[in-house]
Amino acid sequence: MAVPLAFFGLFFAYPVAAIVGRGLKTDAGWQFGRIGEVLARPDIADVLWFTTWQAFASTLLTLLIALPGAYVFARFEFPGKQLLRAVVTVPFVLPTVVVGTAFLALVGRGGLLDELVGVRLDTTVWAILLAHVFFNYAVVVRTVGGLWAQLDPRQEEAARVLGAGRFAAWRRVTLPALAPSVAAASLMVFLFTFSSFGVVLILGGPAYSTLEVEVYRQTAQLLDLSTAAVLTMVQFAALGGILAVHAWTVRKRETALRLVDPGRTTHRPRGWAQRTLLGGVLLTVALLIVAPLAVLVERSFDAPGGYGFGFYRALQEVGAGGGTFLVPPLEAIWNSLQYALAATAIALVIGGLAAAALTRRAGRFVRGFDALLMLPLGVSAVTVGFGFLITLDEPPLDLRTSWILVPLAQALVGVPFVVRTMLPVLRAVDGRLREAAAVLGASPLRAWREVDLPLVRRALLIAAGFAFAISLGEFGATVFIARPDRPTLPVAVARLLGRAGEMNYGQAMALSTILMLVCAVSLLVLERLRPDKTSGEF
Amino acid sequence: MSTTKKIAGAALAAALVTTLSACGGGDAKDKSAGTSDAPKSTTVTLVSHDSFNVTDTVLKEFEQQSGYTVKVLKSGDAGAALNQEILTKGSPRGDVFFGVDNTLLSRALDNGIFTPYEAKGLGEVKPEFQLDKEHRVTPIDSGDICVNYDKAYFADKKIAPPQTLDDLIKPEYKNLLVTENAATSSPGLGFLLASVGKYGDEGWKDYWSKLKANGVEVVDGWEQAYNERFSGSAGGKKAKGDRPLVVSYASSPPVEVLYAEPQPAEAPTGVATGTCFRQTEFAGLLKGAKNVEGGKALVDFLISKKFQEDMPLQMFVNPVTKDASLPELFTKHGVVVEKPTSVAPETIAKNREQWVKAWTSLVVK
Repeated sequence: MAVPLAFFGLFFAYPVAAIVGRGLKTDAGWQFGRIGEVLARPDIADVLWFTTWQAFASTLLTLLIALPGAYVFARFEFPGKQLLRAVVTVPFVLPTVVVGTAFLALVGRGGLLDELVGVRLDTTVWAILLAHVFFNYAVVVRTVGGLWAQLDPRQEEAARVLGAGRFAAWRRVTLPALAPSVAAASLMVFLFTFSSFGVVLILGGPAYSTLEVEVYRQTAQLLDLSTAAVLTMVQFAALGGILAVHAWTVRKRETALRLVDPGRTTHRPRGWAQRTLLGGVLLTVALLIVAPLAVLVERSFDAPGGYGFGFYRALQEVGAGGGTFLVPPLEAIWNSLQYALAATAIALVIGGLAAAALTRRAGRFVRGFDALLMLPLGVSAVTVGFGFLITLDEPPLDLRTSWILVPLAQALVGVPFVVRTMLPVLRAVDGRLREAAAVLGASPLRAWREVDLPLVRRALLIAAGFAFAISLGEFGATVFIARPDRPTLPVAVARLLGRAGEMNYGQAMALSTILMLVCAVSLLVLERLRPDKTSGEF
Repeated sequence: MSTTKKIAGAALAAALVTTLSACGGGDAKDKSAGTSDAPKSTTVTLVSHDSFNVTDTVLKEFEQQSGYTVKVLKSGDAGAALNQEILTKGSPRGDVFFGVDNTLLSRALDNGIFTPYEAKGLGEVKPEFQLDKEHRVTPIDSGDICVNYDKAYFADKKIAPPQTLDDLIKPEYKNLLVTENAATSSPGLGFLLASVGKYGDEGWKDYWSKLKANGVEVVDGWEQAYNERFSGSAGGKKAKGDRPLVVSYASSPPVEVLYAEPQPAEAPTGVATGTCFRQTEFAGLLKGAKNVEGGKALVDFLISKKFQEDMPLQMFVNPVTKDASLPELFTKHGVVVEKPTSVAPETIAKNREQWVKAWTSLVVK
C-alpha cells in the first residue's frame, strides 16, 4: 500500500494540491473568500448548471438506449455477438477528439444526416448528448448486462408460477437484483459525462461549457488560477459525492446474489416480440455506434482524385510546407505504442499493489483509499498538467521536459481500471491455498507464483488491456505535456484537424481510423481472455 | 509488510529506476550542461506554441554555425504556452520563449519572465514593431487579422466586397459574416480589438449590436469558421460552407494558392483591408535560463535575414526586418495593409477580460 500511496501522493495529490494552493494563496494569505465570490458569479453558475443537467440528461438517455441492449446481450444468443460486444466497446476507449470528429462527420454541416435529411445537430446540445450515449453505451451493457446474464431466470419463472404477471414478476424479482448494478453504471456514466471535456469543446460551440472546459479555459487561457482552483474544488466535492454513492451501491451489490453460468441463461430469440427487440437493438447500435465509426473510415479513403489510400500514404511524409509536425504523422503510432506500454507497466504495478492492499485490509481508511484511486478519472487534465509544471521542477524530479511524464499521467487514469478489474478476482483467491503451499514447504515467492499468479493471470491481462487501450486514447493530459517531436496518435489527430487544407483533414481521418483499429484489436484480444465467472465492473 | 509486497515493491523500484534512467539518457547532455562549471552548453532550448515552425535546413545551418543543438518544446496554443512560462518563472523549461503577441505582451512583462537583451541586428527591425524599450522582448514577426471574402460569391452577385468595418453592418452584407469566439480564439479576439481600436472603449459595443442585428455568426474556433463555414476556402467548399465573409488572416489568400493542386493564377479569396488588426509576435530570453549565451545566439538568429525570410511560408506571417524580402507567393497574392488598427498592449492588458466578458454576453449568450 505504501508504493501506490507514494505514487498518488507524488504524481497526483501533491501537484493538484500545489496548483489549487497557488490559486487560493496570495501574499496576503489564504483567500477563502474567493470561493464564495466565484460561486456567486452568474457565468460560473451557468457552467455549473449546464454541467449538472447535461450529465443527468446524458445518463438518463444512455440508460434508456443501452438497457435494452444490456438485456439483449445478456439473454439472447445470436451470430456475431462477441464481435459486436467488442465493437460497442470501441468508442469507450476512443479519444474524445476522434469521437467529436466522427460525430461532426455524421451530424455536422455537410455530414451524413445533413445530406440525407438536411438536419444539422452540431452546436446543439443534442450532439453532445448523443455523443455521450455513443461513448458510454458499453458501460451499461457491460456492467448491467454482465450481471443480468448471471441472474437465474428460474426465480422470475417461479414468481410467475405463483401467479404474478409478467411485468410484476420482473419488477419484484429481476429489477431489485439488477438495481445496484444499474445504479453503479449510472454513476459511472454520470462521472464520465460530468467531467466531459473534448466532446463539449468540439461539439458544443461557444455557447456550452462544462466545469472541466471552464477549468481549462480559466487555467490555460486566462491564467485565472484562483477561479480555476475554486472550480477544481467544486469538482472534487461533486466527485466525492458521486464516489461515496458509488461505493455504497457497490457494497450493496456485493451482498450475495444467486449467480449462474451465463451460458445457461441465454437462448435464441423466440417469437415476434423478442425478434423485434433484438432487431431494434441491432438497429440502434448500427445507427448510433457503427455509423459514426463508418463515416470516419469512409472519409479517410475519400482522397482527392478518387477513393484510395492517398491520405494514408501522406501520413508517412513530414507535412509539405505546412509542417504540422517535426516528424511524419505515422511515427505517432510508434510513439503511442511506446507510451502506452510504459503507462500499462506503471498502471499494473501501482494498480496491482493497490488492489492487493485493498483485498487484505478492510475498514474506513481502506475504503477512502479506494475512492482516492478513482479521483484522477474526474479531475481536469490541465490541473494535473499545470501541477506537474510547478512541482516536478527540481532535481532529481525535474521531469517537466521528460517523456516519462506522459506515461505517468496516463497511468493515473489507468490505475482505477486496473484496481476495479483485479479486485473481485483477488478477493476470490482463497488464503488457505497459500497457507497450504507454505505448509508444504514452498517459499513465499514460490507460493505466490504457484497459487496467486495462475489465478489472477487472466484478470491481470484484462487489466493490462484496459490500461493499454486507455493510454492509447488518452488526450487531455497528453496534449498538454507531449513533446512536439513525439506526438501520440490522438495529439496528432487534433493537430491535423487544427490546420487548413484538404490534405490535413484527410490525414486526420486516416490516423483516427488507424487508432480505432488498434483499439478494436486490443479489445478483441481482451474479449477472448475475459473469464466467464467473474464480473468485473467494466 | 508481507514478503509478497516487498518483492513487488522491489520490482517497482527497479522498474522505476530503469525507466527513469532510460529517460534520463536523452537528457543527460542538458543536465551536465546546466551546471555552472560546464565550459559551454551545447543545447539551447526554444519554448513556443504549436504554430512554431522552421525549415529544417535553415535550423541546421544555425546549428552548424553556432555549435548549438536546438531543442524545440511546443506547448499548446499561444495563451497556454505563455501561461506555462509564467507558472514556471525562475525555473524555466527552456532558454528562449517565442510566441508572446501584443495582446498578451503586458501579461508577460508584468510577470517579469524575461531578461533584457539587445539582440544583434535589432537595427534592422522596423521601429514600429519595437514596443519594449527595455528590450526584454524582441519583435520577430507580424501579421494582420482581417475579414477575408469569397471572390466568386461577390462576382456572381455583382456586389462589391466590403472593405471596412463600417461596410460590414450595411444591409447588402446581411447574414454573410462568420467570426470566432473572442474568448477562446486569437483571430476572434483580434477582430474584437479591431472594433475597439476603431470605435473606442464604448463605441465598440454599439458596433457589435449592429453587427449582431446584421446576422454575424460566431463559432468556437478558426478551424470551424474557416474550414467549415466560409464558402471561399478549399475546406469550406467541401463542407458546403455558405458564409462568404470570414475573420481570418491577411496571409490566408496565399495559403489557399499554396495548398491547391494545381495552383491557380489568382487567389480565390481576398482581404478587406479596412478591417484589420495588427498582431506582432515577440521572443525573449527567459529569466533563469540555463544556457544564456545560447539563448542570446538563438534570439539573434530569429531576427536574422535567413530566419525572417523563412517564416512567411512556414508560419504565414510577415518579417519585421527591413532587409528581409517576401516570397513571390506573398507579393503576388498577399495584400499590404496600410492602416491596421492597433491598441496599446497596456490598454489591452487592463481591459481584455472585461471586454471579452462584455462581448460574450452581448454576442454569444
